[in-house]
Amino acid sequence: MPDIDLDRAWDLHPQVSVRPEPFGALLYHFGTRKLSFLKDRRLLAVLEGLADAPTARDACTAAGVPASDLAAYRAALSALARSSMLVERTS
Amino acid sequence: MTTTPRLVDLFEHGLDAPICLTWELTYACNLACAHCLSSSGRRDPRELSTEECKAVIDELEAMQVFYVNIGGGEPTVRSDFWELLDYATAHRVGVKFSTNGVRITPETARRLAANDYVDVQISLDGATPEVNDAVRGPGSYEIALRALRNLADAGMKNAKLSVVCTRHNIPQLDEFKKIADAHGAQLRLTRLRPSGRGADVWDELHPTAEQQRRLYEWLLEHGENVLTGDSFFHLSAYGQSLPGLNLCGAGRVVCLIDPVGDVYACPFTIHERFRAGNVREPGGFTEVWRESELFRDLRRPQNGGACASCSFYDTCKGGCMAAKFFTGLPLDGPDPECVQGHGEELLARRPADRSGIPRPSVDHSRRGPVPVRLGRRPDPELPPVSECAESPLAGLRLP
Repeated sequence: MPDIDLDRAWDLHPQVSVRPEPFGALLYHFGTRKLSFLKDRRLLAVLEGLADAPTARDACTAAGVPASDLAAYRAALSALARSSMLVERTS
Repeated sequence: MTTTPRLVDLFEHGLDAPICLTWELTYACNLACAHCLSSSGRRDPRELSTEECKAVIDELEAMQVFYVNIGGGEPTVRSDFWELLDYATAHRVGVKFSTNGVRITPETARRLAANDYVDVQISLDGATPEVNDAVRGPGSYEIALRALRNLADAGMKNAKLSVVCTRHNIPQLDEFKKIADAHGAQLRLTRLRPSGRGADVWDELHPTAEQQRRLYEWLLEHGENVLTGDSFFHLSAYGQSLPGLNLCGAGRVVCLIDPVGDVYACPFTIHERFRAGNVREPGGFTEVWRESELFRDLRRPQNGGACASCSFYDTCKGGCMAAKFFTGLPLDGPDPECVQGHGEELLARRPADRSGIPRPSVDHSRRGPVPVRLGRRPDPELPPVSECAESPLAGLRLP
C-alpha cells in the first residue's frame, strides 16, 4: 500500500480505541487485536482532528504541524493506515 | 519528529493504566493441574459478586484498559460468567479468556463466535493424551479437543490453543501447531512458572537448557504467527530478540486481580510480598494501580544487581521476577533459566531442604478426602433434645 493521500478525508477505524499517555498515546484495534504506540503528542492531535477536518492535510495544519514536517507525518499516518488503524472517510 | 526514547524505557516507569490485565474470576476448577499457577480447586467464599465484578469493569472502561485476560480456576464455572463477558464487551473492554474447555458446548461456541470482542484460549499441555493428562488430569485432553472442534464448527476464527511449555511437550511443538492449524486456531506458547502448585513440580517439568535453545529457534522460525504473551523474553539473551515488548511488565503495564479482589503485580505472583491492595478498598482498582507502594517501587529504575555487568542484561533485563522469587533466587540476580547458565549455578547452591524458599501464600487446592467417623457421641451427659420434642419430660434427667 502506497502512502496515503493527504488531500483526502481520513478517520480512525471505528474499532480503534485511543488512550492518551504522557509520551503520546496507545492505540488498540479491537478487530485486529493490534496495539500501536504514538511517541508524539502532536500526532495524537492530528488523529483527534481527522474526523472533523475536510482532509488529512487540514488536520495536520490545525494541529500545528509545520510544513517541513508534513512528509514525516504523512509517513506516520500511512503506517497507521497500513495496519487498518486509519480508514478513508467517505462521508 | 524528534528522537524519542525506546518504548521499553518508557514502559519501565509504568503507565496510568495497565495495557491489559489478568483477572482470575474464581478459584474453583473442575481440574487439578499439577502446575496450576493459582493453586486453584475450591471456590473462595469471599469471591467478588456479580455487582462487584461489574464495578471493576466500569473502572477498567474509565481507565481505557483495552482488554482483560480472564482466567481462574476455570472461569466458565461461575454462573454469571457469560453475563460478565457480555457486560465487559458492551463496555469496550475486550475479553480474552482461558478455559480448559469444559463449558465450550456447540451452543456456547456459537455465542462466542458471534462476539467480535472475545478471544478464547483453550489450554492444552500435551499434543497427545498421555503427555497432556499426566499434568492436567485424566480426560482433560478430550475436553480440550472437543472444545476446539466445537469452536471450529461454530466458525470461530483464531481461537487460541494455549500451551505451557514443559520438558515433556517441547518435543511436540510441531504437533501442537498441526492441532491448532487443523482447527483454524492460533498457537500460543507460554512459559512454565514455579508459581502456585507449579512450585512443587517446576524442578521436574521446566525445560532443559537444550530444550530452551530449541524453543528459541522454533519461535524465531515461526515469528509472529505463534503468540507467546511476551513470556520468553529471557531467551532473547541468545541473541536476536523475540517479537514483543521484551520487558517484565509486572506492576508497570500489567497486573493481576484475583477472585477475592486482591491485586498482585502479575499473574505469577500470588504471594503476600507482591500484593498491592484490593479492589474493594475505597479508591478501587484505580487507586491501587496508581498509588500502591509496591507498584511505585516496581516502576523505579532497576539497577540489574548481579546481572548489571552481563552484556546480555539489556536484552533479558534479568528475566522473570516470579520465576526468581519462587525458586528462592535473589530478585536482582539472574533468572533461574538464564540462558548463560548463571541461574543454574545459583539453583545448585540452594539448601537441600529448600529452607528459605518462599511458598505460595494462597492455596485453594482441593484436599483429598477428609476422613470422618460417623456415630453417636459415646455416653453423652445429656441426650440431645430436638427443638420439636413434644414430650413434657424431654431433656429431663432422672436421678
